[in-house]
Amino acid sequence: MTIDWNAYTSSAGFDELIDASGAPRPAARALLAYLQSLTADELDLRRRAAEGAIREMGVTFTVYSEGENIDRAWPFDIIPRVIDAEHWRRTAAGLKQRLSALNLFIDDLYNDQRILKDGVVPRSLIEESANFRPECRGVSPRFGAWSHVCGTDLVRDDDGEFYVLEDNLRVPSGVSYMLENRAISKRVLADIFQSQHVEPVDNYPAQLFDTLASLSPRPLDKPVIAVLTPGIYNSAYFEHAYLAQQMGAELVEGTDLLVDDDDCVYMKTIDGPARVDVIYRRIDDLFLDPEAFRPDSMLGVPGLMRAWRAGNVALANAPGAGVADDKVIYAYVPAIIRYYLDQDPLVPNVETFICLDEKQREHALANLDKLVVKPANESGGYGMLIGPHASEAERETFAERIRANPRNYIAQKTLNLSTAPTLVDTGVVEPRHLDLRPFVLQSEHQFVTTGGLTRVAMRKGSLVVNSSQGGGSKDTWILSCEEPR
Amino acid sequence: MLSRVAERVYWTGRYIERVENTARLVQVYAALLLDMPDDVRLGWYNLVALNGAEADFDARYTERDEASVVRFLIGDRDNPMSMVSSLAAVRENIRTTRDVVPAASWELANQLSLYVATHLEAGIQRRERQGFLDWIIGRCQHLNGLLIGTMCRDAAWEFMVLGRNLERADMTTRILDAGAVAVASLAEDEMAGSSRQIVWGSVLRSLDAAQSYRRTVRRAVKGHLVARFLLEDPHFPRTLNHCLNRMLHAASNLPRRGAIVDLLEAILNEGFDGIDYKQLGSEFRDVLNDLQIGLGRAHQQIQAVWFADQSA
Repeated sequence: MTIDWNAYTSSAGFDELIDASGAPRPAARALLAYLQSLTADELDLRRRAAEGAIREMGVTFTVYSEGENIDRAWPFDIIPRVIDAEHWRRTAAGLKQRLSALNLFIDDLYNDQRILKDGVVPRSLIEESANFRPECRGVSPRFGAWSHVCGTDLVRDDDGEFYVLEDNLRVPSGVSYMLENRAISKRVLADIFQSQHVEPVDNYPAQLFDTLASLSPRPLDKPVIAVLTPGIYNSAYFEHAYLAQQMGAELVEGTDLLVDDDDCVYMKTIDGPARVDVIYRRIDDLFLDPEAFRPDSMLGVPGLMRAWRAGNVALANAPGAGVADDKVIYAYVPAIIRYYLDQDPLVPNVETFICLDEKQREHALANLDKLVVKPANESGGYGMLIGPHASEAERETFAERIRANPRNYIAQKTLNLSTAPTLVDTGVVEPRHLDLRPFVLQSEHQFVTTGGLTRVAMRKGSLVVNSSQGGGSKDTWILSCEEPR
Repeated sequence: MLSRVAERVYWTGRYIERVENTARLVQVYAALLLDMPDDVRLGWYNLVALNGAEADFDARYTERDEASVVRFLIGDRDNPMSMVSSLAAVRENIRTTRDVVPAASWELANQLSLYVATHLEAGIQRRERQGFLDWIIGRCQHLNGLLIGTMCRDAAWEFMVLGRNLERADMTTRILDAGAVAVASLAEDEMAGSSRQIVWGSVLRSLDAAQSYRRTVRRAVKGHLVARFLLEDPHFPRTLNHCLNRMLHAASNLPRRGAIVDLLEAILNEGFDGIDYKQLGSEFRDVLNDLQIGLGRAHQQIQAVWFADQSA
């Protein structure tokens, strides 16, 4: 019995593999022909092989449940998502452009604040931001790079274009799963993989290593690089260990490090203290250093900020980088790109209305039934309004809140996330919504992953892609749509 | 190398060894009991005593029979010395040192854990136990082979060697001790000679040493020859002499090694002096006890020199 692909109907929006007429998209033709040649049982065999591989490779994420930390097997759908290579190249250029501008912006905020003086971004937004760190004023990290590793969340709307939904400039995670997804699909789809020229993703750890090494304050051939993890109970511990291993870096916890009177960072080794040059930290700002931030943090290293400010250690990402990824700043990113680079953004934002602006506010208020309203100020805690699903009364309540405190709100167009065929049961393929998180590196040079981590909302109709809430993932293939010879 | 990582790698070495030793010990002991005359009161409880775990066992088990002892030694997650607990410790230590051990060792540790999780209940029943334990012993050897074949010979390796050999040496003294106890419990009758031979043969097999013994000693299995072989032979990898020399070699490749090297050399130079192998009674057991104390000191030294918290 083969799968009835004719029964596959994408929901209203854009499907990644199959166009509106039901025909395969050019880059996905060979993949779909292959999948259609398999019986339901053959496809299921591959699904089970993937599950076995995931368990054996120990690809897990940690969830905290009923007082216990449990390692769950990583959820993976074997049908890859295919993106046309030409389209991807344009997108990648846009991601580089965006991170360049954001780093210039952060560097400016902690130094001259030209952009505030010129009135492009309102000063009050920065001064009242929960993520602006006065402790970082006057620091100039190498190459002006504050966010060295950025995870940008992209979604595809009905028109098939990529839009930026969110910038993650602090400690974005997921790249190890991108790499493992590829390793798994090479194992279980080896027959089709061979005949396709899927662009490789494997060079990410080497690129990350080079990015980190270039930040070393000491000019060494082999700078000492450490990955700082909160420990084995963190949900992303698998990734921390994976990256340390792939880069040949030390995987350290806060208690492995100390800052001495010379304001240098040392790790405790079998040979006594040894100097550390670069720390790829996977701990949030406020837990980094109990001397500078939360005094009750057990995860951090006392004196780390002192060492960083003195230029004796590089921190990636730099503290304070998060000032540029909160929801209200997001709305200004197109303007930020124009201001610093004098270029138009290559990858657009989701259409966003800043309620602080009178004209945009009026538009938002008049269209609340079509928009999503998000509180701009993180500590606001008012929650979101999903206009099309809300009652008249709820919309009215939000309208009043917006009028009372316009600076606290942005409104966005309601998106229809793209879908891709997903194996949901033996012999059953249905569309599921997905997003994409590419990773962008910046120090002396820039680098973008080929594709990224595709996350899938496994429940029918759901838009929630988080792995802790029933989300899954797919391998992402960047494929040229020219016919292979 | 980080002190914390060094400590975990050391324990990985120890726990892999403990998993394999425990599995083999149960295998050999079951075979031994089948070969003993019916009137010999050699019970399964000796294995609990051999591990010094009487109090823990007695607190939670009422019967001292085969089923209880095997469950306690192999499948009891509340017994920190059981095979499953040791296996969990192997996995946890590899999981937290994945940057210094070969990637494939993590996959192998996962396979082992998965296999044990699905097969444990059937595997500790007498009917399937042999195959179950054989598989685990094989996988431990696979894991050790993988480490020997692919692990970088840096400091991490030396700590793995230290842990492995310390655990091995400790197990060898315990099994020799158990042999001495078993022989002492035999009645002096016409069966005694052959029973003693069976006991010492089992001692050799529980260390996988029978073949090497035959090739090296070239004599029938006798208690005094077996005891001397397992303590002093330089070539078989589970003798005290060999294990201590491996540890000495490993330590000499590490920084700040002075005290530990002195200690190991002292045991090697004086530990075997004047042992009367013809009398394997209480004096011999005192010698084994002294060796165990020496190994305990070595462990404390390793901990103090290389793993201790160096925070200011």
